Amino acid sequence: MTDLYQSQRAMRNMRRAALQRGLVAVLDVGSSKIACLVLKFDPLDEMREDGLGSLAGQSQFRVIGAATTRSRGVRFGEVDAMQETERAIRTAVQAAQKMAQTRVDHVIACFSGAKPRSYGLAGETELPEGQVSEQDVARVLASCDVPDFGPGREVLHAHPVNFAIDHRSGFGDPRGHVGNKLAADMHLLTIDTGAVQNLLYCIKRCDLEIAGIASSAYVSGLASLVEDEQELGAACIDMGGGATGLSIFFKKHMIFSESVRLGGDHVSSDISKGLRVPMAVAERIKTIHGGVHATGMDDREMIEIGADCGDWEKDRRKVSRTELIGIMRPRVEEILEEVRAILDAAGFDQLPSQQIVLTGGASQIPGLDMLAARILGQNVRLGRPLRVQGLPQAATGPSFSSTVGLCLFAAHPQDEWWDFEIPAERYPARSLRRAMKWFKDNW
Amino acid sequence: MWPLGRANAGARARYREESRRERRDPAPSRLSYKMERLRLTPGFRLGLRVGLPFVLAFTGVTVWLSDADRRAAIVQSYEEMRTSVEERPEFMVAMMSVEGASDPVAAAIRSMMPVDLPVSSFRLDLPAMRAAIEQIDAVANADLVIRKGGVLEVRVTERQPAILWRSATGLEMLDTTGHRVATLIDRAARPDLPVIAGQGADDHVAEALTIFAATGPLGPRVRGLVWIGERRWDVVLDRGQRILLPEDAPVPALQRVIALDSAQDMMGRDLTVVDMRNTARPTVRLGAGASEFLTSQVTGVSAP
Repeated sequence: MTDLYQSQRAMRNMRRAALQRGLVAVLDVGSSKIACLVLKFDPLDEMREDGLGSLAGQSQFRVIGAATTRSRGVRFGEVDAMQETERAIRTAVQAAQKMAQTRVDHVIACFSGAKPRSYGLAGETELPEGQVSEQDVARVLASCDVPDFGPGREVLHAHPVNFAIDHRSGFGDPRGHVGNKLAADMHLLTIDTGAVQNLLYCIKRCDLEIAGIASSAYVSGLASLVEDEQELGAACIDMGGGATGLSIFFKKHMIFSESVRLGGDHVSSDISKGLRVPMAVAERIKTIHGGVHATGMDDREMIEIGADCGDWEKDRRKVSRTELIGIMRPRVEEILEEVRAILDAAGFDQLPSQQIVLTGGASQIPGLDMLAARILGQNVRLGRPLRVQGLPQAATGPSFSSTVGLCLFAAHPQDEWWDFEIPAERYPARSLRRAMKWFKDNW
Repeated sequence: MWPLGRANAGARARYREESRRERRDPAPSRLSYKMERLRLTPGFRLGLRVGLPFVLAFTGVTVWLSDADRRAAIVQSYEEMRTSVEERPEFMVAMMSVEGASDPVAAAIRSMMPVDLPVSSFRLDLPAMRAAIEQIDAVANADLVIRKGGVLEVRVTERQPAILWRSATGLEMLDTTGHRVATLIDRAARPDLPVIAGQGADDHVAEALTIFAATGPLGPRVRGLVWIGERRWDVVLDRGQRILLPEDAPVPALQRVIALDSAQDMMGRDLTVVDMRNTARPTVRLGAGASEFLTSQVTGVSAP
């Protein structure tokens, strides 16, 4: 774990360097598409007097290059074929660079797979000086007992979500407060080491430096949940091509995240099997005619499936839209039920507000919100990502919510565990800081 | 469920448009990806846009100019162009007129002309010519103007001689500021000018002129002034008489002598020197005859 801890620190430094240079790329590696945006950060001194820019400070960056390419070699949000993935990333990055008319060296990536798993951690420490200092925060974070998440897994996110001093809870920033005991709650997200290493290797092969890595369920929550939803408790369901990510937000922190290894591609493959058509045709039929609620009208709407085999009977096949819906609906229901099971396991019903926001490419199926309301609860809405400056019209749909969220993540990353100080006790024996602490303690 | 059908129509149109475009999406090769990135590097772009043309142009020009004949041809064509403009008739100066100068001075000015006429006005260095003309002692001031029609007009103000200065080298004419005007061979050529003598007398011409102006009734008898010891004047009269004037206020001292002379005809008597150097104690030196007579009067015995 120390390895990733160090490399996360290195990534954070890389991100700082990229922001100083004012240019960073975000890369969303999905199962159905790979999107790359090039962000240009404006200097901070252009802010208004009250410290905020327009759009609540989110206008400090501008999208100057955007490109999307069909994903190759990614399944279930994980890298499946390295060469193919590398080529797809290259395509997206090159097109975005061409639009931005500059090269980018730093990239922040997100992906949806690699079996994310959430852990809640708690730690507690005494306050020897009465007042909370940076070192105390570091110590309380270090005192969190890390669960045994097994070999082959690594920490992707480690957000301190809550601090408590004595019996007062809910501090965002405990520094300077006076008390006897400091407690912290931390949310830990672990992923499969192999999957993330593969992705990092693919990106490195494209001559790009990695300035950060994030879970796509988390960042699409950042983009598609509005502020009160994040505050009062909401779940963002990012229905992608190969995986459906789920993240629960409460008090503006992500407190839970999981993913279902089912997505829009499975619906397409069901259609492909059911209607005996190629995958591309199935995808097209799903996009144009798809739905989840059949009506009497749909019995009369005949869809030409077509084929190219030369057999007249086969090439002239038609199905009614009801049949198509009959194929799609069970799979969509299965996905939503899986999500429902995860939400139940996570204790989502304990939250004050139980808003559910559907986003991602597969959430564009007509009638999905009504189906989801029957399975997940009444508070369901379809989410679209926040608007950011310079984003092309083509990239404002719900399938880009994790891409846009990654922009926000690049601009305002939440403090993670590795952004805090290292407790002095953990430093090597000869470090200067340790000597400083000895001086402070003895004089 | 009509609304669903409507909503689908938008998606359908979008999809059709996309599939009509049906752009191929080939992945760039590793090499082309790297080249593209290199091309997009800001420094590299700047180098291509500015540095490369500069280097190419510089190299080309350097190679072309490395041949001595080409360089000479360029210089020559430049010179030819310059000459052709300069020697247009509008710019040519054909003649020179000298105004306000006497003939010898005018001749001297003409002989000093550094270039032969006709010449282009671009080649004439009027300030230098003016300085050269003003080097002539007889010229107080010169103005050079190029008039229309190619005439170089030299307007000269000559120095007016005010005094003669006899020195070891000869007789010089000086103007009122003590500047030399010309050498005079013969004193008789300018009998109207007073004469001064003595080393450094030319620096005190103004004072000498005031003394001359103050001579009044003694004027016809004054032969000249002598600058003694570079500090004071002697007035030399005919019959070997001298008036020794003090350093300070020589004119009042001279006026006292003139007053004595007009009252008692002092200068008509037998004395050789009137010494006014100490104004509180004017002294006279008697001539030889008078001094003998006085001695005999005192002793009662005439000198042998």
